Amino acid sequence: MAPSAPSINSTMSSRMATARPSSYRHKSEKRGMTYNIMLVGQAGLGRRTFLNTLCERAVIASPEAPNPETANVADPMKFDTYEVAMEEEGTRISLTVIDTPGFGDGLDNTSCFKQLQDYIEAQFDEVLVEESRVKRNRRYRDHRIHVLVYFIAPTGHSLRELDIELIRRLGEYVNIIPVIGRADSFTVEELDAFRANVMRDIVYYKLPVYNFCWDETDSEALVENREIMDHIPFSVVTCDEVFDNEYGSVRIRRYPWGTIEIDDEAQCDFALLRYILLNSHIADLINYTEDMLYENYRTKKLEVGGYGENDEEEDDDEEEQALGASKKQDKSKAAAIADTDGGGDVLGKFDSGFDN
Amino acid sequence: MRSAQNQGSGAIKKKMNGYVGFSNFPNQEHRRSIKRGFNFTLMVVGESGLGKSTLINTLFESKVYPTKETEVETPARTGVEITSVSADIQENGVRLRLSVVDTPGFGDSINNDEAWRPILENIESRFDAYLAQENRVNRSKIVDNRVNAVLYFIRPSGHGLRAIDIEFMKHLHTRVNLIPVIARADTLAGREVETFKARIMADINFHGIQIFKPVSDQFDDPETVADNKAIASKVPFAVVGSEKLVDREDGTKVRGRRYPWGVIEVENEAHNDFVSLRQMLLRTHMEELRDATDVGLYEAYRTQKLLALGHVQDNGVFREFNPRQQLEEEERLHGAKMGKLEAEMAAVFRQKVQEKEGKLKQSEEELHSRHQQMKSVLEKQRLELEEKRARIGTGMQQQNTSIDVVAAAHPGEPVQRMPSKDKKKRGFF
Repeated sequence: MAPSAPSINSTMSSRMATARPSSYRHKSEKRGMTYNIMLVGQAGLGRRTFLNTLCERAVIASPEAPNPETANVADPMKFDTYEVAMEEEGTRISLTVIDTPGFGDGLDNTSCFKQLQDYIEAQFDEVLVEESRVKRNRRYRDHRIHVLVYFIAPTGHSLRELDIELIRRLGEYVNIIPVIGRADSFTVEELDAFRANVMRDIVYYKLPVYNFCWDETDSEALVENREIMDHIPFSVVTCDEVFDNEYGSVRIRRYPWGTIEIDDEAQCDFALLRYILLNSHIADLINYTEDMLYENYRTKKLEVGGYGENDEEEDDDEEEQALGASKKQDKSKAAAIADTDGGGDVLGKFDSGFDN
Repeated sequence: MRSAQNQGSGAIKKKMNGYVGFSNFPNQEHRRSIKRGFNFTLMVVGESGLGKSTLINTLFESKVYPTKETEVETPARTGVEITSVSADIQENGVRLRLSVVDTPGFGDSINNDEAWRPILENIESRFDAYLAQENRVNRSKIVDNRVNAVLYFIRPSGHGLRAIDIEFMKHLHTRVNLIPVIARADTLAGREVETFKARIMADINFHGIQIFKPVSDQFDDPETVADNKAIASKVPFAVVGSEKLVDREDGTKVRGRRYPWGVIEVENEAHNDFVSLRQMLLRTHMEELRDATDVGLYEAYRTQKLLALGHVQDNGVFREFNPRQQLEEEERLHGAKMGKLEAEMAAVFRQKVQEKEGKLKQSEEELHSRHQQMKSVLEKQRLELEEKRARIGTGMQQQNTSIDVVAAAHPGEPVQRMPSKDKKKRGFF
């Protein structure tokens, strides 16, 4: 079944529909779509439990009791990869989650950014090499990071230097979705105030977080996306136990003074975030990574010397003709977006990309 | 009342028969303290957003810290600042001059290697200021702004202490009374609090960090002992602060935080350890904290500093000093020194003897070899001479033989020694 319409967001209408977008770029229904998520954040903000709650199973086991001897020497940052095969109504997703324990936990954390950047670029480089092969491997596994979920500490004030630096450095390589970890330490008013502070910082520092509204052509999706953007950064509380009542199983976190229902949207944004990550916006995130971020990177890498904006578009068009008509249309759409003033963050992405 | 005079230790314990009145002394002390008022300096350290200002305001139930206004532009903050806020609080006629020292910027940078240093320097400079005042000629007005306690706020990660926590505590625990608290404890559910506390204490004990804990001594009544034990078991305190009032189910208003899923009450001991912290800090152990600062920490600092400056201790000033003991000590030392000297000299002597022996041996060998040499030379000469003699001897013998032959041929004729080559001629005629 060939793709009927070249639009990217073909089925983004409502929360009820779980229809998968018609993106057949990731063939091999047997294995499922390749989807790579990276989790970044300091220790204690709930990355691991987030993953377990997201996949509804214990993907990452709790670590053994930390050794007091090594407590004063923080572990260096490492990349732990977990593969989860998820299936729903016949559609499979081959989800790979990369956890980054050790980020920001040491006394001097300046080297963490470079490590992350190197890792992400390495995945891009692999694809670049693979694409340029004479005989391409049909079963090649794409390890590009499609979305980076960044956990902000719930300080209540504003973004910290670490947060700002990370988003700034990595925003041109990967879609960043900021998330408030341990959001159960905020009351409703505090949460709103913190969100406002963070958004103000994002605007002030022109931080390249993922812009849900990057595609302006699909007006239905746009309305929904605008609503979603009001929730950035998403507040996340993770589940401790599952409680069975007459309506089914409820995921909760229990305190002496009350109980949070994780899936209740009035209490935290976990359900919304899960929906975005695993349901509605998979195609968006993947497409943006491939069409924008990766292409930008590729262009920068292949060009020797200065950045000629016009030249680059022509080169891309020529190459795209070889690959397929749909891709060319997407490209021109992207160029159209770049020319308009809408989607300021998208422009920002280009700017930051070229400013290096 | 008969009481024996006694100097030094070994005083006789005497129970009073009637009422004299010196048991009224604590009341006098009490009145005096009230008139003078108290002084307490508290320092709060922790990353931004952990609720330090809120907790202070909650502890003292007054707005020591004004609510932070949200700034329009967030300036990038580099390094650690030290700011101080003072408030005069009064309760039941007792005046407290409370100073709170804040450390904004601690732990907020990307590189926090030296975050603890400005704080340590500030604490030590306060000690130095007090030291300078103590040494003044006129000491009537001494202003004491030494830090009596440091509340260190730990992020509620649930795992254990982080590198920055341990680094800070290791550098400061010998200079201040360290009270670690778990901040924003409303994000930890039930068991997580216990596990977290246990891990923190394991880390602290492993690294030998001294934190302030209420201890009971022999004079305390059992109730106080029990209280102290209860408080000590909750260290480090997991606290939540709030200045707002919330309604409970029964309609009463208490300080707390309202969530969509429940209400946490600040003063409910089942919800968090705020009450214990307040009890320890304000109600029972404030004087002990001040005392520990003055007698323990400050004195230790002063001694270190003076020794470093090169002062030497003069023991004669102490009353407990015993001259006989001192003399014995000196004698012992002297004897030890003598012994050492002796040993040294013996060693030197032995060494010299050895050397001399060595030398003599060497010269003996030399002489011996020379003797041998000369002997051999003489021997050679002798042989040579012998040889010569032998040669001469044989030569003479030959000649003798020829003469004999001539003598035999012509007897009676005087033998003329003729050269031997003429022998043959002779023989022919």
